Amino acid sequence: MSVLVDETTRLCVAGVTGKEGAFHTLNNRRYGTNVVGGVTPGKGGQDVEGIPVFDTWEQAAKECEPNTAMIFVPPRFAADAILEAAAAGVELVVAITEGIPAHDELRVYNTLRRDHRGTRLVGPNCPGILSPGKANVGIIPASFFEQGNVGVVSRSGTLTYQIGNEIAQAGFGCSSIVGIGGDPVPGSSFVDILELFEGDAQTELVVLSGEIGGSAEEEAAEYIDASMSKPVIAYIAGFTAPAGKQMGHAGAIVSGSAGTAKAKAQALEAHGVRVGRTPTEVARLAVEALSGASSSAS
Amino acid sequence: MDLLEYQGKQLFAKHGLSVSAGSAVTSVEDAVAAANEIGYPVVVKAQVLIGGRGKAGGVKLADDEAQAREHAQSILGLDIRGHIVRTLWIEHASDIASEYYASVLLDRQAKQPLVIFSVEGGVEIEEVAASHPEKLIRRHVDSLAGLSRREAIEIATEGGADEDVIEGVADALVALYEVWSEEDATLAEINPLIVTPAREVKALDAKVSLDGNALYRHPENQGLSDSANEDPIERRAKEEGVQYVALEGDIGILGNGAGLVMSTLDVVAQAGGRPANFLDAGGGSDAAKIKQAVELILANESVKAVLFNIFGGITRCDEVAKGLIAAFSDLDTQGIPFVVRLDGTNDVQGRELLAQAKLPGVHPAKTMNEAAEMVVALAAGKPVGAPA
Repeated sequence: MSVLVDETTRLCVAGVTGKEGAFHTLNNRRYGTNVVGGVTPGKGGQDVEGIPVFDTWEQAAKECEPNTAMIFVPPRFAADAILEAAAAGVELVVAITEGIPAHDELRVYNTLRRDHRGTRLVGPNCPGILSPGKANVGIIPASFFEQGNVGVVSRSGTLTYQIGNEIAQAGFGCSSIVGIGGDPVPGSSFVDILELFEGDAQTELVVLSGEIGGSAEEEAAEYIDASMSKPVIAYIAGFTAPAGKQMGHAGAIVSGSAGTAKAKAQALEAHGVRVGRTPTEVARLAVEALSGASSSAS
Repeated sequence: MDLLEYQGKQLFAKHGLSVSAGSAVTSVEDAVAAANEIGYPVVVKAQVLIGGRGKAGGVKLADDEAQAREHAQSILGLDIRGHIVRTLWIEHASDIASEYYASVLLDRQAKQPLVIFSVEGGVEIEEVAASHPEKLIRRHVDSLAGLSRREAIEIATEGGADEDVIEGVADALVALYEVWSEEDATLAEINPLIVTPAREVKALDAKVSLDGNALYRHPENQGLSDSANEDPIERRAKEEGVQYVALEGDIGILGNGAGLVMSTLDVVAQAGGRPANFLDAGGGSDAAKIKQAVELILANESVKAVLFNIFGGITRCDEVAKGLIAAFSDLDTQGIPFVVRLDGTNDVQGRELLAQAKLPGVHPAKTMNEAAEMVVALAAGKPVGAPA
């Protein structure tokens, strides 16, 4: 098993006819993901290397029955694309688009909760989801990851590659890698994804990669303590970030003491989660925990 | 994007919140002329993006022209914890019967807007939260419905506003919510929200943060912000569309992806170094963008060594190498050493390009940790051994 994306994924892509959208959609298909269609208003009837393009999500839903949407449209169109995919009944929407206004994210999050409870949003401003050997939805460079038993959930893209690569070099693989994105109002939180990993038979350990800003890591710490049987190793980026400065991710704003890397690491440790101080240390702790788990199991 | 007080007040007025008439000026002469026109007494207020202006001598009352001149002279150019005062806001002094507090912000945990109201205004609201939490009313609003007048009246009543101004406070809350929602603000705060002896409810200060991602919807707000007090390299980076934050140290940092760059700053600090900047070259950077980034990093004269930490996903390591080679051929790198760690997409090609180019002072590193240690040594003027 794995979480969110696998062999049963039927992917339809908003923005499939754009340069970036086409490039990554085809990359995903090359990896083995079942790409069933794309949506670009005004370009219905065309195709992108054999992928049929539809004008609306309603048509796409009828014609190719996608269960997963990937959003690759520019920020100003992204909120409506997400809501249209949800209204068409798509269960999982993965929004890659970066730079969506916070108020749009708020509208999307609350509209999904009110009107489309059957749809899960991952992102926006995220690298997507990869289940090695099964499916890749997004921009995660799949070649660095092997199939295995580590679940990874992260607010940052490249940092995930860094940690995943170190785990792979130590000889371990991943069940799924889920990027939840660095924006202020993400569709899915750490807790949402941790719940999935807890219930996934393939996943034996979870690596959580957080960063400054917000309180998602603190909430994750409480959830792990109260509800998780599987070990979690955490990493927090941004110990040296100055207060009040924005470090690229809109979510990563530190104001005052709350939301600092130190406060987050302390919250996690207080709830029994081991926190690595560098990506290398995180990989080492994960490998240690896994080796311990497999030797005690044998 | 944080706004200066007077810019926030202009947005307040646009949405029907009562503020004092005033004038933003940048010279003593203009300050005096504005004060004369407004009529005494006036308040002369430093316009800087930092709290504690009053304590720092940045807010003063003037009863006549001589005082207005004196205060404008003393406040213009004042350094308030690193923020130089270049603009003054002159407004008619208000008579105050009570000082309240009101704000609307995005509550990231609840994923809803939060309205906060208190009758204990005019002081740090964190202090009220700590000492008299019962005097702080917090109310989440359904962002899809907005704040209704009925809810606003409930908030004002529950918060203990004087009975005769409950309607006025409610109007102010609704207007403040409108500023927050229609201007794409992440924070709209009034402290203090005053009640005058004539029972008028008025915003005496304004703290507004706008969402930079939504500025395309508000072309009229694009010129706002305290650009004069911005770090010059940060301003240049913003114009060029590069994510750059100036820091205090001497090691220039370039990476791809905000999380990886933040992590790189941490690892350099752990190795005993002090980063000079945060620079996220972003996903899919080509050679031209990398060269531009090197220019920005080297524009900071404190930089003694530079670290490139790249884990290529969309970004291709060969493009990064080409950009660095172009930077070395077109720019004067002043003998500053570079440590370059390339991993990920096309890393082998990237490393090969660098090896062939034999750039002076460029040291390849195998891992992020090794790279951090090398750059810290180089910044301290120590030689590093040829990597195996």
